[in-house]
Amino acid sequence: MTRDVAIVGYSQRQMKEFDGSPTCVELLVPIFQELWGQTGWTKSDIGFWCSGSSDYLAGRAFSFVSAVDAIGALPPVMESHVEMDAAWALYESWVKIQTGLVDSALVYGFGKSSAGALRRVMSLQMDPYTVTPLWADAVSVAAIQARSGLESGTFDESQMAKVVARSMSDAVSNDSAIRKGATTAEDVLAQPLYADPLRRWDCAPVSDGAAAMIITAADAPGFAKLKGPKAWITGFEHRIEAGALNSRDLKVSESTKSAGAAAGVDGVDLAELHAPFSHQELILKDALGLGDDVRINPSGGALTANPMFTAGLNRIGEAARQVWAGDSQRALAHATSGPALQHNLVLTMEGRS
Amino acid sequence: MTELGTLHAPLQVEFDYTRSLGPTLSGFMTGLKRRQIFGGVLSDGSVAVPPPEYDSKTYDAITELVPVADVGVIQSWAWVPEPVPGQPLDKPFAFAQIVLDGADKPLLHAVAVATAADIQTGMRVRAVWADETVGSITDIRWFEPEGDSPATTPGPEGETVEGIVSPVKLSYDYAASPEESKFFRGLAEGKLIGQRCPVCEKVYVPPRGACPVDGVPTTDEVEVADHGVITTFCIVNVPFAGQQIPIPYVSAYVLLDGADIAFLHLILGIDAADVRMGLRVKAVWKPRDEWGTTIANISHFEPTGEPDADYETYKVHL
Repeated sequence: MTRDVAIVGYSQRQMKEFDGSPTCVELLVPIFQELWGQTGWTKSDIGFWCSGSSDYLAGRAFSFVSAVDAIGALPPVMESHVEMDAAWALYESWVKIQTGLVDSALVYGFGKSSAGALRRVMSLQMDPYTVTPLWADAVSVAAIQARSGLESGTFDESQMAKVVARSMSDAVSNDSAIRKGATTAEDVLAQPLYADPLRRWDCAPVSDGAAAMIITAADAPGFAKLKGPKAWITGFEHRIEAGALNSRDLKVSESTKSAGAAAGVDGVDLAELHAPFSHQELILKDALGLGDDVRINPSGGALTANPMFTAGLNRIGEAARQVWAGDSQRALAHATSGPALQHNLVLTMEGRS
Repeated sequence: MTELGTLHAPLQVEFDYTRSLGPTLSGFMTGLKRRQIFGGVLSDGSVAVPPPEYDSKTYDAITELVPVADVGVIQSWAWVPEPVPGQPLDKPFAFAQIVLDGADKPLLHAVAVATAADIQTGMRVRAVWADETVGSITDIRWFEPEGDSPATTPGPEGETVEGIVSPVKLSYDYAASPEESKFFRGLAEGKLIGQRCPVCEKVYVPPRGACPVDGVPTTDEVEVADHGVITTFCIVNVPFAGQQIPIPYVSAYVLLDGADIAFLHLILGIDAADVRMGLRVKAVWKPRDEWGTTIANISHFEPTGEPDADYETYKVHL
């Protein structure tokens, strides 16, 4: 028996280069203000606050502590943090609501990837004994995964190019997207290879940004005064695989498959998939068993803007917007963490009249 | 964002992680030191290099290590057109998953070839060893096309390697927030700039992006005095790496006149034992030609000689 929980507010900023502090307080303050406007709530309606970020990204020690400034934490608030995408901060908050300890939560994430060399910083998430000393960067690891799929015939270059073209074309209508423009698969294939077998467009652009979301139980004291539509969470699961790259078949995503099966993917008409590399969308779509009638990443997805620690939460927020607008009856959102799709989260939601 | 943009400065973060090794990785690193690669035997009988500490299916500890060759076959690879600092080569190369002869699961390492056209899946490669080995994955400098050079002969058994040192060096472009940038630019002109919260009217020095009490941007700029009162302090008696001031010295929270939040600075010009709460102090500025956009423009604070402030006047700022 789970408590009914709805997504009732979502706001974000993403950009190529944020000219501000690594705590991103300047981004979070207006985002929180937008959430109060959307919901009609104030901070006193929030029972739990949870953020996702990492100090490694921009070199600021305890940046998540400084970010608490954006809340206005007096009287003191109940707060937590994950060094993961804020999609997992959402999961922690959802579990907290399920325990009955709190009734509502505001979840936020932030990151200034442009402050460092992102693909190099990300090598610190690899095995610290046998891989990090080689500084195996995030793009190289993804490229090895892509080649495994390409040379085994699991997917081909034209399928990857179609993912890129669709994402960039769809992103035209997304004000927040960084890399966008009407693009065909032929345009993509005409680009030179960068990290062979990947082209630059196969890799998400380095992005800065912040995002926040409000979720609430249906029986929260402030529920009745909420403005705006709701997207009801119907399934929420995450699964992780072993960290060693050689312990798993990189062409498939077992963790996505089992998270999807547990969350229940039947009947979804839209999926926002967190695929920072084009071939990963193909792996995810296959793992979730999504048919061709399921709209994928109408926002443009992570290939058009991938702010670290919020791009996963953004998938959930973009899917919720579609449900709020009545453009999706049942939507799926996915977030990933770790190298080459190591850790995957699946959330399903629906609109109710 | 200010008209001038934010202030930026390069930031280097460095730390040598000293990591102890469990029995499995100790065996692997001890082997590398004598130019012998070991794989771990998994529960299904297959051999993985590097050996994992636990089997990912059965969760059993990996206890059996077997020697494998330092030559093998490329299973998958990626071209690295723009190497980053710390990678095995500083010119374009490939990262590859290499299944060594005698192993089933691939090792991730570098392959030195001139262009992406010189490498392909299925190609045989051999390890190029460092002249001096220490028991680290970097004892293998990289792999190269196998060629017909003679096989490596592992050295004799030596001392067990029980730890590794992993240096981590990260470089950032560190930006101050727009509010902090105004503060630092003010310092370059000998001014202390704070900002007032429009809700609670508290003045923050240095200014922050938001009032931590109200969560709203602190918009109104105010200049505060360069003198004030010590609200609380500590006497530093403990030496530490990088210490620049002879101990004992006093770090104190100074509440500048006109500000509501104290900030931390150094107190000199008085015996540490005589520093007290309520002591009135003033900034001692460095010579003007040494000023920059930095708090170091103020060398330290020293007593003004005024009578101590009454506790009631600053107790809410503690």
